[in-house]
Formats: sequence, C-alpha cells, structure tokens
Amino acid sequence: MNTNDWKILLVDDEHEFITTLAERLELRGINARVVFDGESALLAVAEDEPHVMILDVLMPGIKGLEVLERVKRTNPNVQVLLLTGHGSTRDGIEGMRLGAFDYMMKPLNIDTLIEKMESAIDYASKAAKLGQ
Amino acid sequence: MRKLAALIKHPLRELQSDVDEAVSPERYTMLRRKIIALIVAASLIPLSVMAVLNYYEHQNAMTKEIQNPLRVLVNKTKNSFELFLAERTSTVSLIASAYSYGELADENKLARIFTVMKKEFDGFVDLGLIDAHGNQINYVGPYALKGKNYAEQRWFQEVRLKGKYVSDVFMGYRKFPHVIIAVQHMTEDGRVWILRATLDTRQFERIIASMSLEPDADAFLVNTQGLMQTSSNNYGKVLEKLSFPLPPQTYEPTVLQMIDPLGRDVFLSYAYFPEADFVLMAVKPKASVLKTWYTVRGDLLFIFAVGVALVLLAAVGVTDALIRRMKEAEDRRELALREVEHSQKLSSIGRLAAGVAHEVNNPLAIINEKAGLMKDILSLQGEFPSKDKILAQVESILRAVDRCRGITHRMLGFARRMDVTNEALDLGELIAETASFLSNEAMHRKVDVRLDIDPLLPRIVSDRSQLQQVFLNLFNNALAAVPDGGVIEALARPESDGVCVTVKDNGCGMSDETLKHIFEPFFTTKKGKGTGLGLSITYGIVKRLGGEIAVESTTGVGTTLTITLPIGQREALA
Repeated sequence: MNTNDWKILLVDDEHEFITTLAERLELRGINARVVFDGESALLAVAEDEPHVMILDVLMPGIKGLEVLERVKRTNPNVQVLLLTGHGSTRDGIEGMRLGAFDYMMKPLNIDTLIEKMESAIDYASKAAKLGQ
Repeated sequence: MRKLAALIKHPLRELQSDVDEAVSPERYTMLRRKIIALIVAASLIPLSVMAVLNYYEHQNAMTKEIQNPLRVLVNKTKNSFELFLAERTSTVSLIASAYSYGELADENKLARIFTVMKKEFDGFVDLGLIDAHGNQINYVGPYALKGKNYAEQRWFQEVRLKGKYVSDVFMGYRKFPHVIIAVQHMTEDGRVWILRATLDTRQFERIIASMSLEPDADAFLVNTQGLMQTSSNNYGKVLEKLSFPLPPQTYEPTVLQMIDPLGRDVFLSYAYFPEADFVLMAVKPKASVLKTWYTVRGDLLFIFAVGVALVLLAAVGVTDALIRRMKEAEDRRELALREVEHSQKLSSIGRLAAGVAHEVNNPLAIINEKAGLMKDILSLQGEFPSKDKILAQVESILRAVDRCRGITHRMLGFARRMDVTNEALDLGELIAETASFLSNEAMHRKVDVRLDIDPLLPRIVSDRSQLQQVFLNLFNNALAAVPDGGVIEALARPESDGVCVTVKDNGCGMSDETLKHIFEPFFTTKKGKGTGLGLSITYGIVKRLGGEIAVESTTGVGTTLTITLPIGQREALA
C-alpha cells in the first residue's frame, strides 16, 4: 500500500506536538487526522476506520489505554501505536497486552515512527489476508 | 544507706547515659573503665569483707585451739606440784604425830624413820628435830647440822606461827637449792617441837620435764617475789630474778600474749599456787604454736589473691565482650541508618527524576517536532542564502534534543529500576557479554580487559538486564579511570550461598573523601562528563537484588569494587 493511501489517526492532548507531527507526516505524503482527546478519537475511529492510530497514553478524560481497549473491541483491525511521555515500560507492556501493535517514547524519531507504521500496516494486511 | 544507694545508682545512670552517647572510641574507653570498676567494686568489696571476717574468725579459733591445751598443761602440772608437796607435807606431819619427842630425839630411831621416808618418797634430803627455841636437837642427813639454831630464820618463825610451812627454794646452810617442809607438834603437856624435812628441787625439774615441751618452749616455777625456783632456758637460773614482771595473780590457769625479754611474741600460761608461794609458768613462742594458723593464713591469702585475679580477668573479659557487642550493634545501627537514608535518598531522587523526565519530555517532544518540521521545510526549499547555516542550526537543536532525550531516558531508567524480573542466568556469560560492549574502546586505548571466571561458578537467579546495567556501569567507570594501556580485571568466584564478582582497575584511584560519597546520586568525579547516577544506580540495583557492594581504593594505585550476589531461589534453578 502506498503511503498516500494510509489512513492515520493522531491522538494527543498536546496540540503543538501532534499538529506539528501531522504536518511533518503530510510533508512525507502521509495524511493524518488529528484529534485531541479520547472521546474524539473513538468518534473518529467509528466514522472512518484508520489503518493506524497513534495514541498518547496520558490524556485528560478517557485515558489512552481505555481508548485502546474500546477500539480493539469495536475495530480490531485498527493497529495502535502507543505514545508515552514517561519512561515506565509498564504502560507500554500493558498496552501490548491489550492489543497495541507497539509503543514509542517521546520525543519521537519520525523515521522510526514511519517504519513502525509501515510494519503495522503490513501486519494488518497480512492478518486480513489470513483472516479471509 | 541512702548514700550507698546513691553511689550504686549513680554509676549505673552514668553507664546508661554513656551507652546512649557511646559513639566515639574515647567514650567506649571511658565506658569500659567504668564498667570494669563497677564490676570489680561490686565483686571485690563483699569478697574482701568476707576474707577479712574469715581471717579474724580463723585466727580467733586457732588461738583458742592453741591456748586451751597450754592452759590444761599448766593446770595439770600445777596439780602435780601441789600433789608432790601435799604428799610430803602429810608424811612429815604423820611422823610428827606418830612418834614422841623422845623417839624422834633418838638418833637411831630418827635415822630408821628417815630411811623409810626416803624409800617411800623421792626428794627427801634430810630430817631434823628442832625444839621450841630453834635448836636442832636431832638431825639425819648428809650435813653436820645438829646443834644449829634456826630461831632467827624466817621459816622457823612462820612454822611457829602457822603450824605448817613449805618454804621457797633457798640455799641456806646446805648451799644448794632446796625446799623445806616444817611441821610443828604440840604434846598434851604443852611441849612444842618442830619436825623439819628438806626436799631436793631436782624433783621440781623432773615434774617440769614431764610437761614434754617443744625445744623453743619453756616452763619454770617462780615465787611470788619473782625469784626463779627452777631454772629456765631463757628467763634466768634458779634464785635469779625473773626477767619479766609477774602477771596478775590468779589461781586459775590463764593465758596471756606478750613480747618476752628476747623480743619474741609469746603465749604465757601461768597459775598461782594457793597453798604455796609459787607460780608455775609455761612460755611458748607464737611463731611455733601458730604454724598451722600461718599455713591457713597463707592459703586464705592465696585464695583471696586468686579470687581477685579471677574477678579482674572476668571483669575485663566480660566488659571487653560487652563493649565489642555494643560497638558491633552501634556499627550495624549506623550502617542500617545509612542504608535507610541512602534508600530514601534514592527513592526520592527516583520519584523526582520520573516527574522531571515526564514534564520535560512533552515540551522536548514539541521542540523536536518543531525543529524537525523546520528541517523538513528547509530541505524542501530551493537554495537560498544562509540555507545551510539555518539547517546546521536546526540540526544542532535536534542534536540537543537527542541529548536531552538520552538524559531523561536515563533518569527514567533510574526511577524504574524498582521492577525486578528474575531468571536463572550464567553470570560469567553475562559479564563476558557486558565486557564485549566496551571492547572497541578498550582496543582503541590498548586497555587490557582480563576476565577470570571460575568454571565452578554456580548459576544464580537474578535480573539479567539490571545486572547488565550494573556491570556496564562498573566497566565504564574502570575504563574512565585507567590510563591508555591500563588493566581492568574482572574476577568471579563462588562463595557460600552466593557469588562474588570483583572489578579491579589500576587507574587513578579515589581519596577517602570521595569514597564516602561514591554511592550518592549526582556525585561525580568526571567533571561534566557524567550524570553522577551510575554508581548510585548500581548500588540501588545490587541492594534490590539482595546483594552487597563494597569499594576499596587507593589514590594513584587503583580501585576495586566487590559485589556479592545471592544464589537466589533454588527452585528457579532446577
């Protein structure tokens, strides 16, 4: 799948961070929708199922891990990459247990992020084929 | 009594305050002295009192035991003397009553009577008949005394007065020491005459010899004027003046202690005669009679000295053991306090680090993304003046962000070391693997990294990644400390119920002051190159894994870090 066809959803309450990240992805030909809280993220997933959701763990309102859990229940094909601002691997491991594809720590390396997104989309397409 | 209680309470209270404050060696020395003094006083005072009481009790008992036989001996001998004199006085008295004046005036008759007397009783020397005027009418004996007049002599006057008389020892006409027994007889017609016998005092010497005294003892008879009646070994010959004053008059045998004219400490046992003018005396030097007591006293003193020595030894031994225990307890308490303090410091630092890292990470992520976007935009732009310069600045921002990320990740790593994941692992393999991370730098700087892993090193149950962090820190520090061409040695040996790993370098070493702070967070000697968290993290990890870490260092010689780790749960090794 071409990067132009990727549907990416970015979820983080840090506006400056997430909009800039979206802009950088766009410069690389990756369209990303940005939302700033968990509820909006759930709506966005329901409206337009993304291939990959980049989801911050620590947000006001519905927390990242809860969003993950609910998305995996309603839209199991959505691959979730968790973002964590603190060093504890506990959230990352818990997220993986709940079905996250991987987790990354801030600040991000954009190339690493794109690699992980690509891996997640590959994984999802292979899984879909196996499912058929 | 109240004073005594205060005296007892006071040192105890002082000891208690000393225990509370006992931290410095001087205070331990003072405390040791006080405890020893208290134990010694508490033990020796009753012991000494007991020894003194025992001493005097024994001495009194022994003295009594010695004096009593002496008293009995004098009494017995005095009785012998009295019996001797009484028998002979009775004999003379009987003859005076049994025979008439005429018969006694007959020379042959008196000679026959005297022969029988001598045969029956020892000691008679002669026998004489004296008329009321003192003229010796008849005489039987070895001297020519017939016709002698005794009217002026004391014995004659005494017998005339009392009817019976026993004289002191005297020389008289015979010129040898003798005693006379004189008895006055009065016939019915009023005629008075006196029968007089002379006794040889050698009989007295025999009676005294029968006392069987020791060679250094002495016994003798004196009269109440202090004239010797028998010879003494030490206090005068017969009829000489006794060389010490007469003791107080008593008819009961009595024992006195005195210093005799020869300067000896002696027991004097004596008794006055009620019927005669004599005093019997027996003298025994204390040194000989108290020989047994002196032996007992020596034994008592020896037992006392041994007791004192044992008390002193026990006091010193017990006190030293007590002080040693107290020091150990104090050291343990101090160590525990330091560890708690250190753990609390680590825990606080960990929480602080986690908070700081989290708070810093979000703005850092924004800076990262903004700078990244700037770089992206600039890269897409065509050439323009200063483009390269601006790009270089952005790259510089991104590098700084990267450095900050490294720091915050290490700080977070420090905070999250609390989680331990145990597994059975080969420590030798882990050490070798960790050392290999540094092989490039070591090779470049020609540092010799030597590994000496005991082939019998047991597998242990511990956290692989945390131990890797520990050894990485130790190797990093060693590598930073050694000069180019230096040596780093890692030795791993089995220990009872654990393993011991030593990492030794021949680097610059550390001062004692540095060693005191080596495990404190943010303490560094690398001047701007280190975070000061490496050894602190190492310390925290080792303690959490149930191990111990120790450091020895000499400035200019090198540093040795020793880590001991427990084997861990044995079931996990199965």
